[in-house]
Amino acid sequence: MTSDEKTKKEIKIRAANVDFFYGATQALFGITMEIPAGEVCALIGPSGCGKSTFLRTINRMNDLIARTRLTGEVLLDGANVYDAATNVVELRKRIGMVFQKSNPFPKSIFDNVAYGPRVHGMRNREALEEIVQRSLQRAALWDEVKDRLKDNALGLSGGQQQRLCIARALAVDPEVLLMDEPASALDPRSTAKIEDLIAELRGDYTIVIVTHNMQQASRVSDTTAFFYEGHLVEFSATATMFSRPEKKQTEDYITGRFG
Amino acid sequence: MNARTRETAAFWAMRLTAYSVVVIVGYIVVDIVVRGAGTISIPFLTEPMRKSGLEGGILPAIAGTFWLVACAIAAALPLGVACAIYLTEYARPSRFTDMVRLAITTLAGVPSIVFGLFGLGLFVYQLKFGQSILAGGLTLACLILPTIIVASEEALRAVPADFRAGSMALGATKWYTIRTNVLPYALPGIMTGSILGVGRAAGETAPILLTVAAAYLPFLPNSPMDKVAALPYHLYYLATQVPDMKAAEPMQYGTALVLIALVLGMNLGAMLIRAYFSRKHRW
Repeated sequence: MTSDEKTKKEIKIRAANVDFFYGATQALFGITMEIPAGEVCALIGPSGCGKSTFLRTINRMNDLIARTRLTGEVLLDGANVYDAATNVVELRKRIGMVFQKSNPFPKSIFDNVAYGPRVHGMRNREALEEIVQRSLQRAALWDEVKDRLKDNALGLSGGQQQRLCIARALAVDPEVLLMDEPASALDPRSTAKIEDLIAELRGDYTIVIVTHNMQQASRVSDTTAFFYEGHLVEFSATATMFSRPEKKQTEDYITGRFG
Repeated sequence: MNARTRETAAFWAMRLTAYSVVVIVGYIVVDIVVRGAGTISIPFLTEPMRKSGLEGGILPAIAGTFWLVACAIAAALPLGVACAIYLTEYARPSRFTDMVRLAITTLAGVPSIVFGLFGLGLFVYQLKFGQSILAGGLTLACLILPTIIVASEEALRAVPADFRAGSMALGATKWYTIRTNVLPYALPGIMTGSILGVGRAAGETAPILLTVAAAYLPFLPNSPMDKVAALPYHLYYLATQVPDMKAAEPMQYGTALVLIALVLGMNLGAMLIRAYFSRKHRW
């Protein structure tokens, strides 16, 4: 991708001067970046660098943590998600999230996927069945579970559980998918499946993925953001970042010299 | 004495205290069962008492205990669960929540006769319920409130935070999340705690002494505003108020057996529920 092409792209998420605080501790310092629609953006950096915190500012999951504070703006399609008028329920319907530790609910596979649509008021059984099937198919899990939708989701393997969580996120028809190290607890085969899935979903969804795995970032993403100690050190096309990083710090990190 | 002997001695001392608990409970239960079993019969369980309780059955006392417990749980369960939800899910730790917790602990330590006096003052006189099932049941509700709150809080805290985050990330509100994705998993724990509370309420004498008080009342209640007999109080009556103590002994032990079977039965039920659900829910 050339920079010319990139400038033409529609911007889905824009962060402008985002500072974030846990109590008195500042975790993010003036983060400014633009994530194009339909692309996969990887957030990399050593533990505690603020990449997960930044991810959670996008769907306001940090609101759930006591004594946190954000200044600056995070814009989704040009509208500030921290605006007083923002409906958080609606926001989180548009921005799905997949967590590091797969967290299927102790309900049936069906009820897990149908949870989101039900949250948003859908009661029609047939419509729910259709959504569940479509979401599981999108998450490449349908064939493995179609005969046991009534079984408890906790009986699935780790990799299946994570794909179920992706299906669950997809079921509310989001525009953006936030993934917080979705494959860090999985074996290589399950990881490969998740990566294939990300490639499949790319284009239809804007995906922001936090990862510790450099190879994974280079394989799945269009753009990569390198965070270090709460600062955004470098943000560019993935191909550029991994072949000729601008900053020495970035190069040191991606070549494994620290972090 | 060398270290090894001391170790063995300490071990045995602790082991004996543990055994002694079993021995005490065993003695009480066996004594009551042996002496009371002869009294238990269908008429004893289904007929009202006669001749100052020396003859007939104890049905009004069983029914009274049932009504009191039902009234207590109906009042204490919603209140206790709501309080626990507030403390665990909504309230952020502050001096205020510390105060609430201190109040709950204190409430749990208040002697039961004080609850009786409180119930007499508030429900019987102030709110003009008179001595009634309602007044007694509400007094018992105050007594078991701490048990229910603490059990519910523990059950709610045992539900992983991931479930809440996962639900909220799908756009659910906090209340929707609690209703559909926290409370259902906490329910077995809440039920267990509540049953233990009920067991305690069923056996208490002092709180109902002043608020329902019917020493010898061989009738079934018609409404929540009626006075009613109750097992523990009937037992107290049989043990202290009848003229011929010796003649009352079979009735005393029979009543005690019914009461203890009720309480132990409930505790056993609570244990079974806990065991069943802890096998079913694993996360």
